[in-house]
Amino acid sequence: MKAAVIVSPGSNCDRDVQVALRQSAGADPIMHWHGDPDLPYVDLIVVPGGFSYGDYLRAGAMAAHSPVIREVVARANKGVPVLGICNGFQILTECGLLPGVLMRNAGLKFICRDVDLRVEAADTVFTRAYVNGQIIRIPVAHNEGNYFADEDTLNRLDGDNRVAFRYCTPDGEVIARANPNGASRNIAGILNEARNVLGMMPHPERLADAALGGTDGRPMFDSLVEALAAAA
Amino acid sequence: MKARVHITLKNGVLDPQGKAIEHALGGLGFSGINEVRQGKYIELDLRETDETSARAAVEAMCEKLLANTVIENYEIDLDA
Amino acid sequence: MSGITPEIVAEHGLTPDEYDRVLKIMGRAPNLTELGIFSVMWSEHCSYKSSKVWLKKLPTEAPWVICGPGENAGVIDIGGGKACIFKMESHNHPSFIEPYQGAATGVGGILRDVFTMGARPVANMNALRFGSPDHPKTRHLVDGVVAGIGGYGNCMGIPTVGGETNFDPSYNGNILVNAMTVGIADADKIFYSAAAGIGNPVVYVGSKTGRDGIHGATMASAEFDDDSEEKRPTVQVGDPFTEKLLLEACLELMATDAIVAIQDMGAAGLTSSSVEMSDKGGVGIEFDLDLVPVREEAMTPYEIMLSESQERMLMVLKPGREDMARAIFEKWELDFAVIGTVTDTNRLVLKAGGEVVCDIPVPPLVAEAPEYERPWERTPTSPVLSADDALNGIDMSATDALSAMMASPDLCSRRWVWEQYDHMVMGDTVQRPGGDAAVVRVHGTNRGLAITTDCTPRYCVADPVDGGRQAVAEAWRNLTAAGAKPLAITDNMNFGNPERPEIMGQFAGCIEGMAEACRALDFPVVSGNVSLYNETSGAGILPTPAIGGVGLIEDVTANMVSPRFADAEEDIVLIGDTAGHLGRSLLLRQFADRDDGAPPPVDLAAERRNGDFVRSLIRAGSVTACHDLSDGGLLVALAEMALAGGIGAKLAETPDGLPALAWWFGEDQARYVVTTNAAEALLAEAQAANVPARLVGRTGGTVLTLADGNSIPLTDLRNAHENWLPEYMAAS
Repeated sequence: MKAAVIVSPGSNCDRDVQVALRQSAGADPIMHWHGDPDLPYVDLIVVPGGFSYGDYLRAGAMAAHSPVIREVVARANKGVPVLGICNGFQILTECGLLPGVLMRNAGLKFICRDVDLRVEAADTVFTRAYVNGQIIRIPVAHNEGNYFADEDTLNRLDGDNRVAFRYCTPDGEVIARANPNGASRNIAGILNEARNVLGMMPHPERLADAALGGTDGRPMFDSLVEALAAAA
Repeated sequence: MKARVHITLKNGVLDPQGKAIEHALGGLGFSGINEVRQGKYIELDLRETDETSARAAVEAMCEKLLANTVIENYEIDLDA
Repeated sequence: MSGITPEIVAEHGLTPDEYDRVLKIMGRAPNLTELGIFSVMWSEHCSYKSSKVWLKKLPTEAPWVICGPGENAGVIDIGGGKACIFKMESHNHPSFIEPYQGAATGVGGILRDVFTMGARPVANMNALRFGSPDHPKTRHLVDGVVAGIGGYGNCMGIPTVGGETNFDPSYNGNILVNAMTVGIADADKIFYSAAAGIGNPVVYVGSKTGRDGIHGATMASAEFDDDSEEKRPTVQVGDPFTEKLLLEACLELMATDAIVAIQDMGAAGLTSSSVEMSDKGGVGIEFDLDLVPVREEAMTPYEIMLSESQERMLMVLKPGREDMARAIFEKWELDFAVIGTVTDTNRLVLKAGGEVVCDIPVPPLVAEAPEYERPWERTPTSPVLSADDALNGIDMSATDALSAMMASPDLCSRRWVWEQYDHMVMGDTVQRPGGDAAVVRVHGTNRGLAITTDCTPRYCVADPVDGGRQAVAEAWRNLTAAGAKPLAITDNMNFGNPERPEIMGQFAGCIEGMAEACRALDFPVVSGNVSLYNETSGAGILPTPAIGGVGLIEDVTANMVSPRFADAEEDIVLIGDTAGHLGRSLLLRQFADRDDGAPPPVDLAAERRNGDFVRSLIRAGSVTACHDLSDGGLLVALAEMALAGGIGAKLAETPDGLPALAWWFGEDQARYVVTTNAAEALLAEAQAANVPARLVGRTGGTVLTLADGNSIPLTDLRNAHENWLPEYMAAS
């Protein structure tokens, strides 16, 4: 499987994603500079976390206009899997690949801690290694993770089973107390209509190594490697 | 020409920052505030001298980058 | 025609004697720009004039020290071809005036000090001291400082992995923000600041220069008074996004061999970096100020030289490498300007508009900076409090005392603070905030750096020598408790007005104690910072020698433990002697509102013996958890381990001859708690090593139960521990 990780000025989690992909795929992804619109052919594109452009103006707003993003959108529309993590999710909403917007956390503070997520769409190339209803523990680290979309959009996401992960209690209850940032309907990650683009606020690449406290993030990368190797 | 852009949240979008400000003002003894909404103000110093062209340019900037039209409105004032 | 009047000299913070020295060095009256340069270079903050004579007493060497104090940061060898570069710096005065930006730019400055030497920063820490929770400014300051540290560090993508936060009325008018950064570099690719190569290009990179922070260095060298609110314009605003780009661009250039010397522009901006680089190199520097990238109109030479605009570096390159370097900085969208050359005149010569606007001989500017041996008075000792005297009037069960103490500002959970810091970015944080030391893996290996900050100011004010010993010893213990071999420290000496003999005596005493401990523990000082004049209207802070320590763990998968009960049905063993020392203890403060008595004595030989023994246990795999004891003593340490592990304990009888509260809350030093599945063997080994050790309980259940029958469920303890800080910060 060949993967590319988009590196923008201010990306921080690009190396973490590279390490996670290397661990699962046995080979390094291409680290692709945002300014180069010539994206090589790859099976997977990852837009990593960080503070592209310092989160100035709006998180992800300026990175969404990077020369390479137009190409990322075109590939996504052709069916290439695209994974946006944290700032990556913000960039994907700003460039229109995913609906809605990530607003300032309801508590108005940056929050970094482990959260529990309920997997709700285990049928995609990203989530195949999980099962629906599974509770996984993944860290968040963000200031703007409060997912917002109008009622129609939210209903459509629910109706088409496009919510991939929801914040929940360790027992799986999707309630306000388990919501770290006020996101509508506890939404932590969503899919596009074609189910090949996933945006999520939590960082699966941060819990793919037992030494760091857990491995619930690893299946996402293993699943991608398996699914995309088979497709090749 | 100077363009002044006010970017505000659309009605109905939750504004936790506005709420926090409202609460703090109340705590300082300011009564009679029904609501507070927080927005952004951006000043652009343009070389364009024709008002119509300038307005069109700034509108395009707002649509493309300065505002996220999913949740924000914008208003443009030009100082000739 | 110079026009320098005595008023102008005084405004610049120079005494008449100091000004006479300037006249002698220059051979004429200086112009305003030259005076400005002398004033910042000779300010307390830049010249260390009150402290240098004392700092020389600190041990700075060890076989693993590559570079001690004197460069931008300290460098130690951590094996595997890697070096660890680290330092802690204070940004106290600016943080009081504008807490968010003061703290943020403090982080920015210390990051630059580390990456200017070629290291990628891998962890941040901070030591924060605020006034009384009741003081009207405290909440606002806590909020701003924590947000500022998080705002800068998170945007840079460097994990902030721990620190300490204390409250005390003595910091009401002078908070302390000490920021520490640890970085890793290849041991054979360290970059220093000595300029070299006559004719080599001198290059400015980073943000444009504005009018920020002019005279920030002199602000840090003066007390606050009622007018300090008006000092707001001198606080710099940080741009962490630009610094992230600067970091990546510098590291990219450092991978080539183009750089001869490099230094960041911190306090006193372009002045201190150019003067220090030329002085170290024994050369001169000539600038054309018209070439300096500026963001304001009509900046004068004075303003350009004294500006403290952030995110800028000064480099000397090999001739002919300018274009290659420029391309790198332009890719990262940063300013790059060749502004001068290295000369052989040993003079700092500045030109603007075609004319020479400054011409100063460098060696005397640096070498003849004033050095004062200020008069000092030894702090009178306090009497040792007997347990009976200390406990007079305190009558409560140990569990009630514990509950109240765990909910106190000094001991409560700091989760509200560290959840605002990204502590996991870069994927190598193997021990997160909340423990004795944070541990970050050396990327791509299983080796780990253990990092801690510590200091107990209330001990230092009682007995600066013992307090200085204790600060170093506790940092050493924190690292040992994680399984690390402590390697070196960086120190931030935060004190009041040095022109007062009592304060100078505190400084001298703390240095004496620190030096003793550094020697006894093989734990040298490799970098540091001094912040004086932390006083408002004559009232000074507690003497606060904050110590930042770094240690090495050879294999985090095998030689590392954390301070949480790992499993039920394990034995709990206390290592070290307990006499029940309550002088200056938190128990006394909490329940008797008392601040007296001698602090617990520090026996450095016992510290060494007990700590080396504990480390050997960890290395042998004989223990499953370890926590060192400090504030609050034994019962607090046990409660912390129980909460961290989610496992309770049944505790043994307290020994005869000691009141129970003295046993549980005495703050005797050189002690650790470990858990083990082989207590008998452990106790025998301890005896053979002449290390006191005693079985004090067994883990299990969800309750902390004492032998006196009292108990406290973990859920209650957790609520007490977790709620104080978030509730305090949410109230207005």
